[in-house]
Amino acid sequence: MSWLTRSALPVAVVLAAIVALWYAGSVVMNISWEVDQAKRAGIEVGEPAPDGFTDTWFPRFSRVILNPDLVPGTMTQERPVLPTPGQVWHEIWNTSFGILADCEVETTEEGWELSSACGRFFTSKRSLVYHAGVTLSATLLGFGMGIVLGILIAVGITHNRAMDMSVMPWVIASQTIPILAVAPMIIVVLNAVGLQGLIPKAMISMYLSFFPVVVGMVKGLRSPDALQLDQMRTWNASRWQVFWKLRWPASMPFLFASMKVAIAISLVGAIVGELPTGARAGIGARLLVGDQFGDILKTWGALIFAAFMGAALVALVGLAQRIVLRRSGGASA
Amino acid sequence: MTWFQWLLFALGCERFLSSWEMRPGGLTGADGTWIAALAVIVLCLAVFGRREGPERYASIHWLILAGTAPFATAGAGGMGDWPGNAALAFVTGWWLFAWLAVDGMVRAREGMSQRVKALLVPFAFGLSLLALWELTVTGLGISPILLPAPSAIWVTISTSLPILWTDFKETFLQGVLAGYAIGCIAGFMVAIAIDRSPFLQRGLLPIGNLAAALPIVGIAPIMVKWFGFGWESKAGVVVLMTFFPMLVNTVAGLAAADRMQRDLMRTYAASYPQTLIKLRLPAAAPFIFNALKINSTLALIGAIVAEFFGSPTQGMGFRINTEAGKMALDMVWAEIAVAALAGSAFYGAVTLIEKAATFWHPSQRRRG
Repeated sequence: MSWLTRSALPVAVVLAAIVALWYAGSVVMNISWEVDQAKRAGIEVGEPAPDGFTDTWFPRFSRVILNPDLVPGTMTQERPVLPTPGQVWHEIWNTSFGILADCEVETTEEGWELSSACGRFFTSKRSLVYHAGVTLSATLLGFGMGIVLGILIAVGITHNRAMDMSVMPWVIASQTIPILAVAPMIIVVLNAVGLQGLIPKAMISMYLSFFPVVVGMVKGLRSPDALQLDQMRTWNASRWQVFWKLRWPASMPFLFASMKVAIAISLVGAIVGELPTGARAGIGARLLVGDQFGDILKTWGALIFAAFMGAALVALVGLAQRIVLRRSGGASA
Repeated sequence: MTWFQWLLFALGCERFLSSWEMRPGGLTGADGTWIAALAVIVLCLAVFGRREGPERYASIHWLILAGTAPFATAGAGGMGDWPGNAALAFVTGWWLFAWLAVDGMVRAREGMSQRVKALLVPFAFGLSLLALWELTVTGLGISPILLPAPSAIWVTISTSLPILWTDFKETFLQGVLAGYAIGCIAGFMVAIAIDRSPFLQRGLLPIGNLAAALPIVGIAPIMVKWFGFGWESKAGVVVLMTFFPMLVNTVAGLAAADRMQRDLMRTYAASYPQTLIKLRLPAAAPFIFNALKINSTLALIGAIVAEFFGSPTQGMGFRINTEAGKMALDMVWAEIAVAALAGSAFYGAVTLIEKAATFWHPSQRRRG
């Protein structure tokens, strides 16, 4: 009960406020189009400045107040400036589970019928779930590669003074390169070597996600204090043993903290990597297609779906963190 | 030698031996002989030179490096006519050698102060990376359509400074800075506003944490639709990207002052604003600067991504997009170099301000 009032209730209230604000925003952003349509249909409308039609903030607010009867229309537009949460939800639902899949036309004696497997299901290649799957595979592959690369660099930095002094500034500098700028080139270069599809996107994810792992793991591998290191020395432990029995376990909380950042950023990398690939499949492709065809609902659907995906991935890492840390004695960073 | 050096040595030998086999006439040709000899010398020096006390030989290392690099690039076609693996062995050996030179610099006990070293070592390492890039591209004859050489990029940078400057103005001075300022200030203000309401904090923090992890960059096409191609759309994306990290960090920072310090403020009968300004905001400064640093790199990325979805006929993202379409990769890399430089400078500036403002914090004190 205390959990409900302490965390669930505030979050629910804030979420409700955000949704309410979003609806209000939709009304304000979409009212001008409604007013314009009503004018064209010859209906009398209230206008703040009857001479000219300007679509800025002040006239928008005035239009909402002057034309309350036009408000319902703002929530059901086909191409709204800002779709309502309800519209976005419908779009996600319809494009995920509402697309015909596995359909084949079979001719029978009476004429034709659709195959029995045919139905509205998420296995269609036009379904958002399929696109999410494409993005997810690149995300996870890039995340895995990023973790391995990050850990290797961090181990090098903690065990070699030359690497400690020379590599870290360049690791930081690497992150100031705008990734989207590198994305098309990574794709072109890897294409010349014969790599297509998943790998280039995963490389971009890796490029983004290795950074938090390096930073976190360097901190983590250095987190054992002098007392603990001295203890290992009194036991005559080798470097290898110090690493496996002290540094590695001590760095686990740091690893998980950076993994949470890394998986979120890895998803961004996969989406960004899909933008310049010609937009064949994936969440990024949906964003781009929605943008190019003026299908704003599609863009919003892809965006919010990606947000849910990101949240779910971070939550999964958090779950893994809890399980691993509990098993290893409940340490926390 | 450690096992790691043995591994490198074995790898080098393998490369070299396979180059021997790969060459059509074996290594009988005059050029083949001296190339192979050079590769062996470089490799041997790289591996065994270390035993002789690397700190004394660091400068000799650099001399040899400078001396051997032109062999690869000078002459007709550079290493283009070398047998593939000999060229690879040379490049690998050369860089290994460069690494040991850096290593020697680090180990050197005399000659320079720690501060100079801390600047010089990363610089030398970066230089060796650039040289490796140049050697690989020109030596192995990689097409400039795939990867231009640093020298070619440098030529492009120096000849097209006016274009780079207009793009920089459009993207960085307008979109990035405006969005960064608005986003950071808004995040800070909201954090202060909800400071007195634990209920709102408990509600907003998980959502803010979540939103900071979301692919907000995807909002770029929507922002471009709303605000047009000008700087406003870029600033809009940047505002949304920078807002949540600032909010979350400031709220966490405001909770950083410990119980004893707050009790002391209460014994002084300090009011809420006094406690906020004199104790809790200074205590929150490291967290706020952390957000400012995270945001400094996020902002540039956000603005450049926004330009991919539409911008006036200038701007870094616009230029990268169009020049990549024309396969003029030297221009693309020139823009990337400018972006990386601007990003690093921005990050560095924030770090410097942080050092000056939070000199008292343990993380800023000189390491013992």
